[in-house]
Amino acid sequence: MSEITLRIKRQDPQSKTDAEAHWEEYKIPYEENLTVLEALFYVQENFDGSLSFRYCCRASICGSCATYINGAYRLACQTNVKHLDTDIVSVEPMPHLPLVKDLVVEMDDFFAKYEYIMPWLMRNSPDPDKEIAQSPQDRKKLDMPVDCILCGCCYSSCPSVWGEDNYLGPAALLKAYRFEVDSRDEARKERLPRWANERGVYRCHTIMNCVEACPKELNPTEGIQWLKKAAVRRKLFGRPK
Amino acid sequence: MIHHDMIVVGGGLSGLRAAIEAKMAGIDVAILSQVHPGRSHSGAAQGGINAALGNHPDGHDDSWEKHAFDTTKGGDYLVDQDGAVQMAKDAIEVIYEMDHWGCPFSRFEDGRITQRPFGGAGFPRTCYGADKTGHYLLHTLVEQAYKRQVKLYVEQYVARLIVHEGVCQGVVAYDMIRGGFETFTANAVVIATGGAGRIYNNSTNAIINVGAGMSMAYYAGVPLKDMEFIQFHPTGLYTTHILMTEGARGEGGYLVNGLGERYMERYAPKFMELAPRDITARSGQTEIDEGRGINGQGYVHLDLRHLGAETIIERLPGIRDLAIHFEGVDPIEEPIPVSPCQHYTMGGIDTDVDGRTIMPGLYAAGECACVSVHGANRLGGNSLLETIVFGRRAGAEAVRYLADLQEKRPNARSAFAALQAVEDEIQALADSTGGEDAYAIRTEMTDIMKDHYFLFRDEPTMQAGLDKLMVLRERARKIGLRHTGSVFNLDMIRTYELPGMLDVALAVAAGALARTESRGSHYRTDYTTRDDENWLKHTLAYYQPGVAGPRLDSKPVTLGTFEPQERKY
Repeated sequence: MSEITLRIKRQDPQSKTDAEAHWEEYKIPYEENLTVLEALFYVQENFDGSLSFRYCCRASICGSCATYINGAYRLACQTNVKHLDTDIVSVEPMPHLPLVKDLVVEMDDFFAKYEYIMPWLMRNSPDPDKEIAQSPQDRKKLDMPVDCILCGCCYSSCPSVWGEDNYLGPAALLKAYRFEVDSRDEARKERLPRWANERGVYRCHTIMNCVEACPKELNPTEGIQWLKKAAVRRKLFGRPK
Repeated sequence: MIHHDMIVVGGGLSGLRAAIEAKMAGIDVAILSQVHPGRSHSGAAQGGINAALGNHPDGHDDSWEKHAFDTTKGGDYLVDQDGAVQMAKDAIEVIYEMDHWGCPFSRFEDGRITQRPFGGAGFPRTCYGADKTGHYLLHTLVEQAYKRQVKLYVEQYVARLIVHEGVCQGVVAYDMIRGGFETFTANAVVIATGGAGRIYNNSTNAIINVGAGMSMAYYAGVPLKDMEFIQFHPTGLYTTHILMTEGARGEGGYLVNGLGERYMERYAPKFMELAPRDITARSGQTEIDEGRGINGQGYVHLDLRHLGAETIIERLPGIRDLAIHFEGVDPIEEPIPVSPCQHYTMGGIDTDVDGRTIMPGLYAAGECACVSVHGANRLGGNSLLETIVFGRRAGAEAVRYLADLQEKRPNARSAFAALQAVEDEIQALADSTGGEDAYAIRTEMTDIMKDHYFLFRDEPTMQAGLDKLMVLRERARKIGLRHTGSVFNLDMIRTYELPGMLDVALAVAAGALARTESRGSHYRTDYTTRDDENWLKHTLAYYQPGVAGPRLDSKPVTLGTFEPQERKY
């Protein structure tokens, strides 16, 4: 493979000439371990300065460059072209989200829902002089949810989000789970009414697109199911956790 | 015109912590950030954050005094000791605070925060959450910022400071989503924009780390300090320069050359792989330069295999994922190809321990600032610490300044003048017929920095580099825009930021050429020893309008109880 064909779905809703979505193709010289993000930069620097896309860390930890590549949700930086097993690479913005331009989508609703779920540790007890003790076993429960990078892949992939604007979606609910399952968290009734309802966990129909979409291989559905059980436990037994 | 009492530029750990401090004091504060704060480069930090908690079984005799000493010695005595002492003292408090705010640190069996050994430290004092400590700390502070309703202006590219009669009164920013420039006036501005790693072609840094905050302050007349001190990390992935944490060696990983030797035995027999980064990086490069790289090539191996699958999966899961995704190597099965890479900017905007610059109303914190707590070489685990400690201190100092301020109405004429200046610059770039290509110049600059100001430096090489940078700086006056659209215009940002990168690069180059000694990360093959008599002082670089390259000056190092001595590890 000496070059690849990079197809990019372009659209500038504010432009008179590019307002309609259309595909553009570019030939990119191939080098070992070329990533899709590097290919996008190649276009921006060599063919078309007007190309818009998000980026930051280029090491799959910041969540900026989530896009839809060859029919799957991926981080452009983490996608080694060689692993796509083809020399034709198609990049689209994450579907089902309002478009800003080219590969850049609006994330305002996504972060509004994140904020709505009250994603912070809640305490009633006075803070100790040192750390709040937590066993390694309790800490282990956080391993999965704290790795979320808020890229939005799960949110974009979720049919329940497509069908209902008010549904909080997998990422916000995973964040609720991250705090509800934390042994240090003492929230009783603060967060619960925000997720234990039809806008929250009961809108999840375990379609599990989020699990497939997550570029960090996390499992939002698992968190949502835990929350459903926790809600029942609290209703039946009044237990806070 | 939008007004807040206080504006923070940058939404990484320093900026978030400064804003939270101000918000807790009841100040109307806003953060302007080029990316959503949760996407800041702080999140890429891996190994940990230092504090003498004494939680580790081998750490019971640790203390903040020993932390301050290790920091000072690690920095080859160019450290301002008041800063190092302050940081080491505050460290303990801020770690507990981050825990109380929910940071998911890993835990010992007794429920306390885990600590691991790190380079140049006398005790295992680096607190960690697996190998994703920066990500965990960053998200914790993002959560606190939302909880406290800190106003966030996301995807705002800050282009210039508003200065009225020598006092900072806000910034001019480009709204990437909605298009157009706007003035944000304020009575206090904190710059927290991170490092300038991307002036090199082999940086571990995020793509947005171009030193924008540094050049912004520099253009406003604030000096940059100690810019010649650039940290090169011993273990970046060979092809992509992505960081492989020092924590991998803290957990017992080996550095191995092409002959299968643990070569650190030759350079630091006592500390071995956990010598400070300057020494470890030079050692690796020496092996490569002398033909003992793997198969004689430009890399060595970071070997974790003997740690076993369980330790790697439990404590270094992020490293493993990165090695698999970006280098195609699973560290459980194979050693990781690594080479020294640009990693950190020790120098930066000249500040004191409270983030103050020489300009009233202007503060800086984190990697863009230089207190200096890192001196000539930063210890691993001290950068995350610096962001939180000095973000908090800068925020608190800005609050005190606001409380004492008599005249609280920023001058509208100066705000509009700054806005007009930026729009004129953009228009000039749009109209340019100079024919120079900003992207080609950027590539040449990053090549020059790597080729002329890397681990081993000497006068002829550095002089040649400086001459080339001077030419590039002149050529950069003839760059222009390719795209003039208003929404998410990357071409405009990347073209506009280039002259600032070149001026920061020139400050690095001029400082390095002038400093005729070897100290910490600044190693000269023509002056191989430290020269305390002439060079135990900070370099200050002042911007000279219309002239390529800085005016250099110096100021004394704040010494303390730790007498400068020879560094041995």
